Amino acid sequence: MADNSVPSEIVFRVRRFDPASDAEPHWADYRLACAPGMTVLEGLKLIKESQSPTLAWRSSCRMGVCGSCGMFINGRPRLACNTQVSELGTSLVTVAPLPNFNTIRDLVPDLVPMFEAHIRVHPHIIREDRSEQQQPTGEFWQSPHQLEQYLQFSYCIKCGCCMAACPTYATDPVYAGPMPLAQAHRYNADSRDGGFAERKTPLSGEAGPWRCHFAGECSRVCPKGVDPAKAIQLMKRQLVLDYLRLWKQPCAAPIAKVPPGTKRREGIPEAPARTLGA
Amino acid sequence: MRDQRLWTWHVGAGVIILVLLGLHMTIMHLAGLIPLASAVPKGGAPIDWANVAERAKSAFFLITYVLLLGAALFHGFYGLRNILFELNPGAGIRKAVNGLLVVAGILLFAVGTWAAWAGFTVARGA
Repeated sequence: MADNSVPSEIVFRVRRFDPASDAEPHWADYRLACAPGMTVLEGLKLIKESQSPTLAWRSSCRMGVCGSCGMFINGRPRLACNTQVSELGTSLVTVAPLPNFNTIRDLVPDLVPMFEAHIRVHPHIIREDRSEQQQPTGEFWQSPHQLEQYLQFSYCIKCGCCMAACPTYATDPVYAGPMPLAQAHRYNADSRDGGFAERKTPLSGEAGPWRCHFAGECSRVCPKGVDPAKAIQLMKRQLVLDYLRLWKQPCAAPIAKVPPGTKRREGIPEAPARTLGA
Repeated sequence: MRDQRLWTWHVGAGVIILVLLGLHMTIMHLAGLIPLASAVPKGGAPIDWANVAERAKSAFFLITYVLLLGAALFHGFYGLRNILFELNPGAGIRKAVNGLLVVAGILLFAVGTWAAWAGFTVARGA
C-alpha cells in the first residue's frame, strides 16, 4: 500500500525531448516543495513557471474529463491532473510521455494513429433514418437495461492510457488497440444504433479484436474505470456469433413519439435552436 | 472478414481439442478410476501394445485421432501465426509465413492421417 504522507520536497524526473535540438530523449531532475493535495500536473506547471519554461505537455480541464494529460507516471499510464503526488508514495516522481506512441516533444505523444483507428470504426450512431437524426421529431426508445449494455464504455475520454498499457499494441501497429475497439463495441451495443454491418469491415480484419491476449492492462490503468478488455471480449463473441449466423443486430430503436394530446409541463424550457445545418 | 473466420475456426478447434484431448487423457491416465472397456480391451495398462493395437482397429478411434490431429494443427499453427505477426513483419514475410504454415499443416495432416489409416488397416488385417 502506498505511503500517503507528503514529503516536504520531491524530485520530478522528467523525460525531455526536443526534436529540433536533441538526438535522443534525456532525463532532467527538478526539485519542488510539495504541498498536500498537489497533483503531478500542478508540479509540471510549477516547473514550467519557475525552472524550465520550455517544458511541453498537453492539458486542459484539470479535472480528469478532457483526457489531454495522459502521461507515464512512475511506470504507469495515468492522468497527470488526477494523480496526487502523495498517492505515489515516493519522493521521486518520474514523468515520461505515454509509451507506444511517437513523441512530438517532451511529454506530448503523437496520438494521431489512435484517432485514425478510432475514426475507422465509425464511432457514432449509424441509422437508416438519417433525416430523423438531422431533424429529430422525438426521442429514440431505450430501456435502462439497454442503456447498461454500453454505458460504462461511453465514459471513455480517449486519453490513450489504455493504448500505452497494451502489450499487443506495443509491438503490433496493425492492431487497432483497446480504445478504438472499446468504442466500436460501445456503438455496436447501443440499441439506437444500426451500424454493425458498417463497422464489421474494419473489425473483422487484422485490425480487429483478434490479437487481444486479454492481458487486461487497459482496464487496470483506465482512469475512468472503463473496462476495454471486457468490451473487446464481448465484441469477439459478437463477431464469432455473427460469422456462425447465430446473431443478428436487432433493428435500431424506434422513435418514441410524443403521445397526442399531451402538454409540455410548465417550467421546462424548450431545446435551444439548432446551430448547425439549420 | 478473414480474421473473423480464422478466429472462429480457432475457437472451434479449441473446443474439439478440449473434448478429444480430455478423452485421450481419460483413456491414458484414468483407466484405473473410470472403467472404459474400449480403453483396455485386453486388460493391463492402456499403453500396452495389445490395447494400442485393439484401439487402432476401431473406426471411432481412427476418426477421433484424425479429427484431433486436424484441430491441433490448425489451432497451433494459427496461434503461431498470430505470435509471429505480432512481431510486425513486412508484407512479404507475412505472405511467406502464411504459405509456409498452410503447406506444413497440410503435409503434417496428410502424414498423420496416413499413419492413422495404416495403423487401422494393419491392425484389422492382423
